[in-house]
Amino acid sequence: MQKFNRLEGLVAPLDRANVDTDAIIPKQFLKSIKRSGFGPNLFDEWRYMDHGEPGMDNLRRPLNPNFVLNQPRYQGASILLTRDNFGCGSSREHAPWALEDFGIHALIGTSFADIFYNNCFKNGVLPIRLPKAQVDELFAQAQATPGYRLGIDLDTQTVKRPDGLALRFEVDQFRKYCLLNGFDDIGLTLRHADKIREFETKRRIEQPWLFA
Amino acid sequence: MLRTLYDKLWDSHVVHAEEDGTALLYIDRHLVHEVTSPQAYEGLKLAGRRPWRIDSMVATADHNTPTQGWEKGIDGIADTVARLQIETLDANIREYGALSYFPFLDPRQGIVHVIGPEQGATLPGMTVVCGDSHTSTHGAFACLAQGIGTSEVEHVMATQCLLQKKSKNMRVVVNGQTGKGVSAKDIALALIGRIGTAGGTGYAIEFAGSAIRALSMEGRMTLCNMAIEAGARAGMIAVDDTTINYLKGRPFAPREDQWERAVAYWRTLTSDSGALFDASIELDAGRIQPQVTWGTSPEMVSGIEGAVPAPEDFADPVKREGVERALQYMGLTPRTPLTQVKIDKVFIGSCTNSRIEDLRAAAGVARGRRVADNVKLALVVPGSGLVKRQAEAEGLDKIFIAAGFEWRQPGCSMCLAMNADRLEPGERCASTSNRNFEGRQGNGGRTHLVSPQMAAAAAIAGHFADVREIL
Repeated sequence: MQKFNRLEGLVAPLDRANVDTDAIIPKQFLKSIKRSGFGPNLFDEWRYMDHGEPGMDNLRRPLNPNFVLNQPRYQGASILLTRDNFGCGSSREHAPWALEDFGIHALIGTSFADIFYNNCFKNGVLPIRLPKAQVDELFAQAQATPGYRLGIDLDTQTVKRPDGLALRFEVDQFRKYCLLNGFDDIGLTLRHADKIREFETKRRIEQPWLFA
Repeated sequence: MLRTLYDKLWDSHVVHAEEDGTALLYIDRHLVHEVTSPQAYEGLKLAGRRPWRIDSMVATADHNTPTQGWEKGIDGIADTVARLQIETLDANIREYGALSYFPFLDPRQGIVHVIGPEQGATLPGMTVVCGDSHTSTHGAFACLAQGIGTSEVEHVMATQCLLQKKSKNMRVVVNGQTGKGVSAKDIALALIGRIGTAGGTGYAIEFAGSAIRALSMEGRMTLCNMAIEAGARAGMIAVDDTTINYLKGRPFAPREDQWERAVAYWRTLTSDSGALFDASIELDAGRIQPQVTWGTSPEMVSGIEGAVPAPEDFADPVKREGVERALQYMGLTPRTPLTQVKIDKVFIGSCTNSRIEDLRAAAGVARGRRVADNVKLALVVPGSGLVKRQAEAEGLDKIFIAAGFEWRQPGCSMCLAMNADRLEPGERCASTSNRNFEGRQGNGGRTHLVSPQMAAAAAIAGHFADVREIL
């Protein structure tokens, strides 16, 4: 897994609630059997004026100039500000794959849907939950200030604003430990292989109908 | 200590816990489909790993499969990218194995959340996962059933465990009796209208109360299926006679010598009386009308007696802007009564509403009537090959066809429009599926979520109609 420690980057504000994973990466791109290459189709229906299909030359497609990530001042953004319930809907991990491939490495919002939140950590993308008042302020500052940047430090669990104010965020310690070290979850879990086998043996005796 | 059903399911599967409470949960059933598994298999392969326990895995191809042209076999899949994904699943199952695989064209193939229970592969007390958010469906059987991402699919394949922190407990109590024309779908939509699509975030929801007890297993699956639309990764319902009667004799249900022992255990899968919930919601079933969504999120919903709202009805500015955008996308004018909203297409199907009871309910409305002239396409897509066969044995296919519906082969179909079944830009659809997101049923398509009876009523009227006036 990709490591995440510190990030200092340009911020883009996506000012809508309930952004679902169908919007983040539409279904036609889910037919791929690969993990990479989803970035050009991130937010496809909002980002382009035409209808996107796999295999198109995305560089030749007409861009929607009103969409935030197409605006010149947000080019190169690596932090996305979001509203309530970002990433709701489908469990598709293609959503964090697309964000990461596009260059978004951290999200800051009031709340994230559970499955999406979890999927982010598996891909080195850090979703940060902050109270509404703080998120509102970040939106206001990012919209008012061209070139608005934030510093994120996972180790100290802080988001640092340009005015020097540090906002503290919460994160599960185990997730933090995995992300800081870029650990492969499977490798970590397999250290407990004996415990899993032991549990399984007991289960086989107690509920034999669960085992074919 | 008094425990909820969720507490019991959780406790009985913890293999190991980290200091912060993150646990390794043992997984009993892993359901696999073609869209979210190829990268997981590839990951296994690259790391030189093998699946931990293939007899926990049940697989099928459902998301991408066409609903017509089956006589041409695999060549009937015109979309080469989709075909490659389906063939990749075939190859992966050939290489690694599974307890059971229901490939494209198999008479038992179907939507993964329909065939699991149908085969008895979903049993009370299990942990069930699948790379699909609607895995919450299986919670109807007092399972801890959750959708997972592809990295987690790979993790479960490799370790038989899921790494997770426990959710909070929420109880949704629905008491009273639903009126005629009001189904589990309407209960689900009414709940989401009440608590919002993030209302259940961070919770596991247990549905309880007399209206829930009165539901069939099909209805309970519809309700738990939509738990994810309320933000809850898992929804569940305690075991009772309805659960046990449904399971008896299913192919993967316990055999005779183990049946009584299994049932005795399953009977313990209820919340202890007095167990504490972090949140509780109560709904009165008698006050729930047939529901219709009007926006681009399942929480944008109203009873059929209602009208399209106006943005100024919402005080919160983010919400107001969301409603404004939704109405623009949906092409709707504030204050229009829902019964005046005309439709172009109808979709009866999906893991929410494609089981035999759903098809019976819709056929009951369609019987002896005709689809309205302004409806270009009315699709009925059974949830599985076995549901289709049962419906045909009951003559439901003939009722639908006589009324002007198309009777198709099973699969996810126009719920997410990965195959050829989709809406064209601007088309409006009465759909029994679960998501009305922008573009969900096709780029620019406009989805209104309803129950099977309401979808059939809309097909006949050509616009949304109160099915209670037809029944």
